[in-house]
Amino acid sequence: MSPNLRIALRFLTAKKRAMLMSLSCTVLGVGLFVLTQATTSGFEEFFIKTILGTDGAMRIEDKIQDTLRQMTAGGGSDFQISQRQGLKYIEGVEEPKLIINALKDFSNVSGAAPVLRGSVLVRADFKNESAQVFGISLEEHLKVSDLGRQIVQGDVATFREQPTGALMGRVLADRLQLSTGSSFILEAQGQRMRFTVSAIYETGVADIDKLRVYVHLSEARSLLQKPSGVSFVQVNLFEKDRAPQNSIQIQDVLKHSAKPWQEREKSWLSTFRALRISSAITVSVFTLIAGLAMFNTLAMIVLEKTKDIAILRSMGYERRDITQIFLWQAGIVLAIGAFLGCVVGALSTLGVSYMPLPISGIFKTETFVVSWNIWHYVEAIATAALMVMIASLIPARRAARLEPGDIVRGTAQ
Amino acid sequence: MADSANFALRCDNLHRYLGQDDARVHVLKGVSFEARRGQVYAIVGPSGCGKSTLLYLLGLLDQPDGGEIEINGRKMSNTDDLARTAARGEHIGFVFQFHFLMLEFTALENVMMPMRKLGRLSLPEMTDRAHSLLASVGLGEKTHRLGTQLSGGEQQRVAVARALANQPSIILADEPTGNLDVKNSALVFDLLTRLAKENGQAVVLVTHNPEIAQRCDLTRPMRDGLFV
Ligand SMILES: Nc1ncnc2c1ncn2[C@@H]1O[C@H](COP(=O)(O)OP(=O)(O)OP(=O)(O)O)[C@@H](O)[C@H]1O
Ligand SMILES: [Mg+2]
Repeated sequence: MSPNLRIALRFLTAKKRAMLMSLSCTVLGVGLFVLTQATTSGFEEFFIKTILGTDGAMRIEDKIQDTLRQMTAGGGSDFQISQRQGLKYIEGVEEPKLIINALKDFSNVSGAAPVLRGSVLVRADFKNESAQVFGISLEEHLKVSDLGRQIVQGDVATFREQPTGALMGRVLADRLQLSTGSSFILEAQGQRMRFTVSAIYETGVADIDKLRVYVHLSEARSLLQKPSGVSFVQVNLFEKDRAPQNSIQIQDVLKHSAKPWQEREKSWLSTFRALRISSAITVSVFTLIAGLAMFNTLAMIVLEKTKDIAILRSMGYERRDITQIFLWQAGIVLAIGAFLGCVVGALSTLGVSYMPLPISGIFKTETFVVSWNIWHYVEAIATAALMVMIASLIPARRAARLEPGDIVRGTAQ
Repeated sequence: MADSANFALRCDNLHRYLGQDDARVHVLKGVSFEARRGQVYAIVGPSGCGKSTLLYLLGLLDQPDGGEIEINGRKMSNTDDLARTAARGEHIGFVFQFHFLMLEFTALENVMMPMRKLGRLSLPEMTDRAHSLLASVGLGEKTHRLGTQLSGGEQQRVAVARALANQPSIILADEPTGNLDVKNSALVFDLLTRLAKENGQAVVLVTHNPEIAQRCDLTRPMRDGLFV
């Protein structure tokens, strides 16, 4: 053990109460940091997981019109021409098979599924509700969404076997008082077709659960009278974070607009970011308190140990040694505090994760959502270390600047 | 200059003012002094005449407002803190007039403290040396007592042992026998003189004890900031 560390340890143990005080502040700072990060990013991650599990990482829709050829959307076609961001788009994907095949060349793409969407009226015995029908190709769709895991009544197998089966959102089903096995009518553009509820799903996202009815793609085609083409292709990615870059490449190659989830869910994501920043500010205050407590403790020890500093200096200990002795003290408290703080943070995160907190609307949960991420601990320790080291540098340097002659004469301040 | 090889310590025309503004006092008014190897010097004089102030300057713990200090032939007046600190660790053993020990450490640890910093000896060698130094000041039985568990006189003797730890060429002791009974005064004084003779160390001590002053090789009486 270095002489300076040995001296630091002895000084610390001589001032147990002051040391415990700054130790507990550090524990509190680190613990609260971890807990707040775990909860705020817990909700954020859960939200992302929910929306990714429902709408996929990317959506490919709307063909970008080749402006050079001035192509018109054929006279009889239902596809409309519209203009956005200076580019001309033709709504929908006319050749989903070609697109899906081409997507196989992108290594980050884990799946792609065609979806035909249309507005419908749902007629049940008691009530009518307007809704949206999503014609899907089940096996492919299960690869780009968590639909299979979102079933709360009935099961996907039933839907697979029933050609006129449908998957209905929990909220919509409740409103219409439908349950598995009940039949209902979907009406679109004067066309009416009868379907059976094969299963009821719940994503937790209110806007989806009250609106979407999933049916087989072929049925949707006849209901919406669209024999070819789809509204969009839902794409899933291995690395979701690369969606924005991938979408640019895909847009270039496939000449279709590709929208990454980050852009699609922009408003919610920025809400979460604001939340995270505000909690980071709160949490920084806690670590600031840890820093202040450390400052206080060290300043006190320096005051009490001026004579020892003079003795050490008279024996050949340098200014640097004195600084080190006091920084070691801060470092020891910090190390113990950071370790205990992480333990406290982890335990309280665990405790909070059992706390009942029913939420639905943007996602569905019964308890507090927490995120377990090693980086929260790293960040907490780094912030506390920064604060504590800044706070301890001042008394440590003050101690080092003391002139031994002034101390022994009693004129050092 | 041929002479200077024999001088462990020299100072010339030292001035020191203490206090601020109106309370500023001219404490040392041009003190010159030299100490040869192997000699024991006593500085005597009434309380407040500036003995401690001089010793702090000679021990490089304080800086003079004027004059020169030479340690083993090397001018120390214009050197930086690092050089003075190194010289303190290597060449000077200092015994303070008051407050002798680091109280949270045992007698043994206190004596080992300068050795650890200098780092010339291995740990077992340091421990051996600390034990024998403590034995030579009559504290062989109390090596593991904390500073707080030692009497004033015992602390003073540990401080003497500590000042000798690195075998410095200069030992500066501010009333090293001030708190001691006759028997222990003699023990400490004999130790210091023996070391001076055997190892060729220069010993400078401040004392109010005429008997001790008399037994030194040289006595320098001081009055009002000057040697008389
Ligand atoms: N900070 C200070 N400000 C002003 N004067 C001071 C200060 N410290 C000491 N003095 C004065 O300097 C003078 C010398 O002090 P010093 O401690 O050197 O005396 P001394 O000879 O060691 O006395 P003693 O035998 O009592 O230890 C004294 O007159 C004292 O009043
Ligand atoms: Mg004095």
